[in-house]
Parts: sequence; structure tokens; C-alpha cells
Amino acid sequence: MPAGTLYRGREGMWSWVAHRVTGVLIFFFLFVHVLDTALVRVSPETYDETVAIYKTPLVNVMEYGLVAAILFHALNGLRVVAVDFWSKGAKYQKQMLWTVMAVWGVLMVGAFYPVLQHTLHSLFGS
Amino acid sequence: MSTETANAGAGAAKGSAADGAREYGVDNPAPLITAPRARTARTPKSTRTNFEMYGWLFMRLSGIVLVVLVIGHLLIQLVLDGGVSKIGFAFVAGRWASPFWQVWDLLMLWLAMLHGANGLRTVINDYAERDNSRFWLKMLLYTATVFTVLLGTLVIFTFDPNIR
Repeated sequence: MPAGTLYRGREGMWSWVAHRVTGVLIFFFLFVHVLDTALVRVSPETYDETVAIYKTPLVNVMEYGLVAAILFHALNGLRVVAVDFWSKGAKYQKQMLWTVMAVWGVLMVGAFYPVLQHTLHSLFGS
Repeated sequence: MSTETANAGAGAAKGSAADGAREYGVDNPAPLITAPRARTARTPKSTRTNFEMYGWLFMRLSGIVLVVLVIGHLLIQLVLDGGVSKIGFAFVAGRWASPFWQVWDLLMLWLAMLHGANGLRTVINDYAERDNSRFWLKMLLYTATVFTVLLGTLVIFTFDPNIR
């Protein structure tokens, strides 16, 4: 391939890629989550034993990742709605993406302790 | 050599192959070519409905509702009151004792599954190039989606806090 012909994209393309990737990840988690919740119809013990997996440090960190994916998909989804339905949406799509990333960053900082407190307490004491 | 043979074969009916350039006329009509984009028997029927437009609209409307439902769900389950620590059978029983949270979870289940299934349908249509792969991947997707939606709905409606 000749040098310099690969399209590396701009804000619009990369937010589209990230929207796809996070969407697929969230959908796969949703399958697992409906299955684990269905265990409440088996017995309280079976359900509690399975939910214990969600409280292990590794899976707890993955939950923080899930929150990250959902918050990006939600905020960027609102941006997509604005691009499609707001008359100036396409003109301000870049500014809206940076707003999305700023709000996402603030929410991720705010969610750090609440989401990971179970692991922080179990690893470093309370 | 092969060109001559082809000409001889094609012109055999009218017997004027020796001339080389044959002219179209009343005795030798030009072949008809179907006009581009003409609707024929091979035109897929699906192009006659607005299914994709309604799918596009559904993604935006369900998305807006899901932002509220899912972020509320995350706040309750993973952020407030100790995060993931308090989740267990007793916590689920306490929440599903209220019809409000039953309806919340049911609506979230249906909208999220349909929104996700339609999203994955788009992804499959974009990346699976062979007709067969596309067909079977979508059949797998639809089967898994129907199973999961029905299972989740059944669990919400038949939940029994005194299961033992």
C-alpha cells in the first residue's frame, strides 16, 4: 500500500467506531445479565452464589468498564439524536463530541469510588 | 481464430457474417436491454416498505428512554447504598415488591433487547459479506433475542419472594 492513503478519520468517524464497539459489548453483557437474573427463579442460594462473582475484584473492575461503555454510548447517542433532529446539529457535531467526552470524564471520576468501593474495602480494609 | 468462430456462430442465423459489421434493422433487430433501476421480478419486495426508516426512528426514540431507564438502574444497583455489595436475592425481592420497579425493569428489558438486536443486525449487515453468513448470523441473533426477552419477561412476572 502506498504511504499516506489510509484514512485515519476525524472526530465523526472515531465516535461512530466507539459507538459500535460499546454497543456490541453492552448487548453481550445484557444477555449474560438476563441469564444471571433468571436464577432468582431457581433458588435464593443459587442467585446469591452467582452474584458473588460480580463482587470479586476483577469483575468489579469490569463493572466500572461497563459503566464507562454505557455512559459513552448514552451521551454519544444523545449527540447522534441532536445531529439528526437539531437543525444545527451537524454543524456543531465536533463541539458536541468534546462536550460528551467532558461530561463522560466527570461522571467517570464521580463513579470511581461508588462503583469500586466494594473492592477497595475488601482489598485495603474499611 | 476464436473471434472468427464466434462471429460465424452468432451470424449463422442471418448468414451475413462475412460482411463483418452487421447493421440492425427490421430484419435484424437490436437486442433489448432492461433499463437501469427498472422494477423487475427480481427486485426485492422489502424495498417497498419503510421498515428501515422505522428502525432508524426506533433507535433514536428507544435510545432517549433507555438513557433514563439504564442510568437510573446503574445508580440504584452500582452507585447508591454501598454499590454492588448489597445486591442479593433479598434486595431483588424488595425492589420487585413494587409494581413501579417491575414495569421499569420490564420496559428496560424489552427496549434494550430490541435496541441492541437492531444494532447488531446493522453490524451483521455491514460486515458479513456472504449471503449465507449474513442469513445465519441474523437467525442466531433473532433466536437469542426472542429467547432472552421471553425468559426475562417470564422471570419478572413469575417472581416468587417465598420460593422455598
